[in-house]
Amino acid sequence: MLAKRIIPCLDVKDGRTVKGVNFVDLRDAGDPVELAWQYSQQGADELVFLDITATHERRKTTVDLVKAVASQINIPFTIGGGINELSDADVLLNAGADKISINSAAVRNPQLLDEFAKAFGVQFVVLAVDTRFVDGKNYVHLRGGRDITDIQTEDWIKEAENRGAGEILLTSMDHDGTKNGFDNGLLKKINDTIHIPLIASGGAGNQQHFVDVFQQAQVDAALAASVFHYGEILIPELKETLHVNGIPVRR
Amino acid sequence: MIGIVNYGAGNIFSITAALKRLDISYGMINSPTDFDLYDKIIIPGVGHAGAAMQKLVESGLSETIKSLKKPVLGICVGMQLLTDYSEEGNADLLGIIPLKTLHFEGRVAEKVPHMGWNSIDFQNNCPLFKDIPNNSYFYFVHSYYIEHELTYGIATCNYGLPFSAAISRDNFWAVQFHPEKSGKVGEQLLLNFNEL
Repeated sequence: MLAKRIIPCLDVKDGRTVKGVNFVDLRDAGDPVELAWQYSQQGADELVFLDITATHERRKTTVDLVKAVASQINIPFTIGGGINELSDADVLLNAGADKISINSAAVRNPQLLDEFAKAFGVQFVVLAVDTRFVDGKNYVHLRGGRDITDIQTEDWIKEAENRGAGEILLTSMDHDGTKNGFDNGLLKKINDTIHIPLIASGGAGNQQHFVDVFQQAQVDAALAASVFHYGEILIPELKETLHVNGIPVRR
Repeated sequence: MIGIVNYGAGNIFSITAALKRLDISYGMINSPTDFDLYDKIIIPGVGHAGAAMQKLVESGLSETIKSLKKPVLGICVGMQLLTDYSEEGNADLLGIIPLKTLHFEGRVAEKVPHMGWNSIDFQNNCPLFKDIPNNSYFYFVHSYYIEHELTYGIATCNYGLPFSAAISRDNFWAVQFHPEKSGKVGEQLLLNFNEL
């Protein structure tokens, strides 16, 4: 049976891992390669590296980081941040990344999703979407949640699937940093309408939150950062809890 | 020493990195005479099977692969290339193992691609799976699968239907999952292949 995936997310800035509360107030939590290796040993199923400053500073994610991770880590990983065109993605995939994640570049130019899928295959493209609930509707946000767009989240995800996104990484900006649980209602609503994998992000605070998101929203994977980085949730214990609750996991 | 068939279908960084971590020496096969330099061969491959087959034919390596007598391991699309045919691109393939590669879409209710860690059930005493617990999880990423069959199938996986997770015929071996991304059990499988 296909296992539900647990994905630690490493936000990277200047080659160091950081995690902010609601994406501001950055704190340093270590060397990304060392942290990645620790997670692979603990039983993480996959890793996501996001250069969270890349989008507004227009910096390219470092190819060196991707090469170092691909050389030392024996599980799959995704790299995101600052990927604006085909050549950016090409360089990162050739450096050993398994998947690339795009966010605002795709909102600005949705055609990018078609181009990426055609060039690399659908399984290489993860569309990251930051969403926030405003005046009764879910809207796509850009720049780490700073800027609202006029695009409704449900519409954008559906369009992205049709264009060739291989997977959706949905972060609820309302839940991110709160540690009050994932946005299970929205995640379930989205998951019921798409036929590609959905990764839940934003709000993980304890093990029960992971049980809830898998049981209530049936997502394929759940992503978190600080609860893992600061040892508040240990992956082997989390997997045991999920198993006891009847959720298929790799142990 | 392992030779990696270098025919331009997808990046080979991950497989070479895995071999490096395991202290298994390797080199690249770019021309038919390069096959003589190695005692084992890996055929990698990602992306589109039809396009990969075309590249393999253009590289001039496909006929030599068919005649090989040394151990060969196909990975993912490199596995599918060993079969007769793929629905992806409606392509005729190497035809070394008489099976078909089919699309999940329309045949299963599950999401496509089949992406993530899935458990496999393999035959006892299979040297490729030596020192690996049965029902271990391996990492899969694919939209096309090789039909389930008992003559050449050596491991089965389930995703809405049973399909071939690994196949073999004589000196040819192939796995649908990515051993280079499958943690410790994947590394053990690569070590086992190196010992064949």
